[in-house]
Amino acid sequence: MPALATDQVVHHVEDPVEEVEASPGRRLGFLGWFSLVWLGGVALAALAAPWLPLPDPDRSVLEIVRVGPIQPGHPLGGDGNGRDVLARVVFGARASLGISVSAVGLGFVVGGTLGLAAGYFRGAVDGVLTTLFNVLLSIPALVLALALVAVFASAQQDASNGRKMVVLILALGIVTVPLIGRIARASTMSWSEREFVKAAEVLGAGHLRIMVREVLPNVLPAMVSIALLGVAVAIVAEGSLALLGVGVTEVPSWGNMIASGRSDLARAPHIVAVPSIATFLTVLALNYLGDVVRARFDVREAAL
Amino acid sequence: MALARELAKRALGLCLVLFLVTLFTALLLSMVPGDPVDTLVPLAESEQADAMKAQVRADLQLDRPLHERYLGWLGDFVTGDERGEHFGDYYRVSGRDPVSGRLAEALPISLQLMAYAQVLALAVAIPLGVLTAYRAGSAFDKATNVGAFALLAIPNFVLGLALAYYVGVWLSWLPPSGYVAFGDDPGEHVRRMVLPAVTLAAAQVAVYMRLLRSDMVATLQEDFIQMARSKGISDQRVLWRHALRPSSLTLLTVAGLNVGTLIGGAVVVEVIYSIPGMGLAISQAIFERQYVALQSFVAVLAILYVLVNFAVDVLYTVVDPRIRHARARN
Repeated sequence: MPALATDQVVHHVEDPVEEVEASPGRRLGFLGWFSLVWLGGVALAALAAPWLPLPDPDRSVLEIVRVGPIQPGHPLGGDGNGRDVLARVVFGARASLGISVSAVGLGFVVGGTLGLAAGYFRGAVDGVLTTLFNVLLSIPALVLALALVAVFASAQQDASNGRKMVVLILALGIVTVPLIGRIARASTMSWSEREFVKAAEVLGAGHLRIMVREVLPNVLPAMVSIALLGVAVAIVAEGSLALLGVGVTEVPSWGNMIASGRSDLARAPHIVAVPSIATFLTVLALNYLGDVVRARFDVREAAL
Repeated sequence: MALARELAKRALGLCLVLFLVTLFTALLLSMVPGDPVDTLVPLAESEQADAMKAQVRADLQLDRPLHERYLGWLGDFVTGDERGEHFGDYYRVSGRDPVSGRLAEALPISLQLMAYAQVLALAVAIPLGVLTAYRAGSAFDKATNVGAFALLAIPNFVLGLALAYYVGVWLSWLPPSGYVAFGDDPGEHVRRMVLPAVTLAAAQVAVYMRLLRSDMVATLQEDFIQMARSKGISDQRVLWRHALRPSSLTLLTVAGLNVGTLIGGAVVVEVIYSIPGMGLAISQAIFERQYVALQSFVAVLAILYVLVNFAVDVLYTVVDPRIRHARARN
């Protein structure tokens, strides 16, 4: 494999920013800690939402219709229907994060397995799987998700909320499969040529054992760094789909809060601003941590 | 010789991908749960509705086996149906309405928007990438890096809504929505395309800048740069004439492959700014349950994207002598 051998001769590049911000062994830094704390807080709030001392996110109170932040009992004000914005943004995290994390989880398992198999077995298996990835990648991701959700969830007038959520997760998951699959394949290819893999082969280890015990642990960092970016992309995609009118509607999500607040932008910009800021900080944190993982484990994008 | 074989191999792969993509989009409608005809024609029981449903059944050949249906669709798509229409119809109360007219209007508008965004993104990202690589580690570099992270994290619809409202409505500097063709009024055309193009370009600037910067940092440590510097060539000239070209290959590839992201972004941006491009056409088709039209739009975008990817791939092979020779050797 002459092509691969050259790939592994990686020129060491001194990059001041990477050295400072994410060199292995260094501290995480302010932005890193901020990202971890924010994501942890959001995840915790999303999980614990029903038990938190919050008003009912669906109950309308006439007094707080389009009323701005810092109100007694309603720290972030009310939306166009007089519903508490804080409660909705916390419950919205459940839908937004739930959908994106499940979708990327699905893509992670399916794409990771396929990519590992493609990179390990090569030959015909690789050919078939790479073609599959290319086909999935050849439809612009948002358009593919939009088409799938439109066809499967809004085709019937009575598409229930649960059904919409499952379709959203599947659609966004399918979009993630080739992204994670490709990086897993490339990473597997470079690792499965190493001496310790050959050694395991010589010792008589089976394919499955080598793939799971020898190759997978080395491929995981690359997959995790892409998956973190994937969750960020999925959160934005959920918002985009909501804005295009095919997202979940019965429960609050960050996307549908922004979509429904559009018409009140002039009178009450906080209705759009609150979920927008939540989305922004979450995406920022995920992107940053993805970058840290990539720098720390020296994931080479050139391997793509 | 080897290059020709490589290209032939790629062209074969292209055909396979095109086949599978069109197969997927052609059969999208068959995947609709329940009877797709009832979904397409959501009219009450009437003679008109029955006639329309019969028409839909005939058009879509739903009683035929899968492969015949695909071939039928492909035939219509490539050579046109009995009326010479390539992209199927909208099924409206008033009767069939060809999709091709809408497509002919929408596609150029979207391509325009994407081209503006791409040019704008590269025009901002290339100087920033070069300067941050030249001054790597400086306060300017670090501030730009943080700025790029922030820019990447702003969802395009949030940026779009914010710009449309604050720049378009509150400050009233630019019109917040609508489209005017260049031919009708060039000045107004530009004024209306500024905000959408900026919205679409913002995240790309961050991506391109970071890419170019990291490649430039690597290039600037190469021996031939030392050589050029030691000959007394000015920093400006070394940066722009010697270092930029070998550093820009990844950037150009990514800019090419990014067309998919741009298409997705354009869908959202067009809806926010009411620009009658493919995005608005697709979201209207979904809203009106016009799945035949949706199918054609998705197929056209996918084919376009596949062809762009192919072109980028071929160009990459032809342009970079290192890759050309590496492939020729193997």
